[in-house]
Amino acid sequence: MSTSQVIPAPEQPHETFVLNVGPQHPATHGVLRLKLTMDGEYITRAEPVCGYIHRMHEKMGENRTWAQYLPNTGRIDYLAAMAYGHAYVAAVERAAKIEVPPRAEYIRVITTELNRISSHLVWFGAFLLDLGGFTPLLYAFDDREKILDLLEALTGSRLTYCYYRFGGVCNDVDDDFIRGVREFVAGMWPRMKFYRELVTDNIILRKRLIGIGVISDEMCRKYGATGPVIRGSGVGYDVRKMEPYSVYRDLDFDVPVFSEGDCMARYLVRMEEMVQSLRIVEQALDKLPAGPVMTSGVPRVLKPPAGDYCFAVEAARGRLLVRIVSDNKEIPYRVRWRTPSFCNLSLFEEASAGMMLPDALALLGSLDLVIPDIDR
Amino acid sequence: MKISLKGIGTGFRSLMTGMRITMGQFFKQPVTVHYPHETLTMPPRFRGHIELVRDPQTGRAICYACKACEKSCPSDCIIVEGAKREGEKRKSVTEFKLDFTKCSLCGSCVEACKSNAIRFSKAYNLASTNKDEFIMDLFQKLEAEGQGGEPPKPAASETAPTRTEPPKPEPPKEEVK
Repeated sequence: MSTSQVIPAPEQPHETFVLNVGPQHPATHGVLRLKLTMDGEYITRAEPVCGYIHRMHEKMGENRTWAQYLPNTGRIDYLAAMAYGHAYVAAVERAAKIEVPPRAEYIRVITTELNRISSHLVWFGAFLLDLGGFTPLLYAFDDREKILDLLEALTGSRLTYCYYRFGGVCNDVDDDFIRGVREFVAGMWPRMKFYRELVTDNIILRKRLIGIGVISDEMCRKYGATGPVIRGSGVGYDVRKMEPYSVYRDLDFDVPVFSEGDCMARYLVRMEEMVQSLRIVEQALDKLPAGPVMTSGVPRVLKPPAGDYCFAVEAARGRLLVRIVSDNKEIPYRVRWRTPSFCNLSLFEEASAGMMLPDALALLGSLDLVIPDIDR
Repeated sequence: MKISLKGIGTGFRSLMTGMRITMGQFFKQPVTVHYPHETLTMPPRFRGHIELVRDPQTGRAICYACKACEKSCPSDCIIVEGAKREGEKRKSVTEFKLDFTKCSLCGSCVEACKSNAIRFSKAYNLASTNKDEFIMDLFQKLEAEGQGGEPPKPAASETAPTRTEPPKPEPPKEEVK
């Protein structure tokens, strides 16, 4: 080998560097880590690293009885725990062919929708906090506090409710709860107007959100994104309308759809969903039938017949599906969760390519991720 | 030039709306509770840790150690033991241990209890730096309350929170030379 031969250095037109966001970072709302390959202020590649809060919820289902798994459901997505309990309980009821009394179904809808509002209020506060606005968080948490107080008086817990049982709910609602919910709903209508004036019409917010982080409906379908993310991209997919469960068929509500696909569209979808949830709660309270809240004759040790059962509900973040496999024993053979946040996160890598860093964090916030829901 | 002037106009209007709303809030009552000085009452269904219930007639625990709570617990945090006393048909509880470090406050045990022998405590000021404080012997706690001849302590929510001072370190002894 002659000494004159020189190996040319590889050309590097743009020097890139790796920026680590998380796992402890205020903008990621939990222990999510993002490995961002940056070209100056622009992202060339964003790689989400998850698994920091993996707690083996699916495996835990295989070593405890059907009823003992109930407390776990509230801990997968702690902000919308009711919907998770609903999915699991309804799947087991489908397997064991347990009828639920109508009063219990209405109570389930009321509590799930209240929980959806409280979850969206947390998102609202935290999302604006990501964008640099501190004040709305305090107002949102004030309203959320009212919901949590109501649910605490009903269920005994503020976040991990563990309220639904196979064949009904564990406590009946009392007059205080109904009065409290009516007061809350009546007080919430002016608050929605207040939020629109203070936040939605604010020019700084509009400039931060309009046209930022556009996600096409095709991309949503490719990654299986659901919930407000796909409804912000012009697809009116809502499990409550597409596969009506519980008593949603009897209730009149709209599915808000915005076709722009940007952060503002997703923001508006969630704000409109709170309004629709308030409508559902009002109607369900009017229609609330009398009767028992628990089916009699549910065996203490439940052994659903062998088989494979699924149940899907609309959680606050999108389509939530639970699949249970029973082999006619008192312990599940398999519990599998299809959680919405995981699919919603998976499109982040493609959607954030070429974006500026602050815009990418706005996009991340608009996906409304709950990290325990991703890792479960 | 026109566009930028318009932008300033919209920005100013947006700012004024925000200011008007925050100013309105200025005259409203605060919603926060100043915690150590004021406390909220816990709702009757509040799920705290569990405690044994005393039978008002016999003055002893209702629990007869059927172990339904132990079996229903998803986290295996309850240990119940019982023994038969002379001249009694049923067993009575002799040991009731709760490992609160593992408890997930789900309430399965209270639901499983057929004789309403356990209930939720309203205590929530439970922070500690010592792990042993969370391994609770509920039976001994009940016995100790009974021996003092006092009615059981009211739940924490009903009284003003008592602030427990950390034990003061003993002053260092002066060495006498």
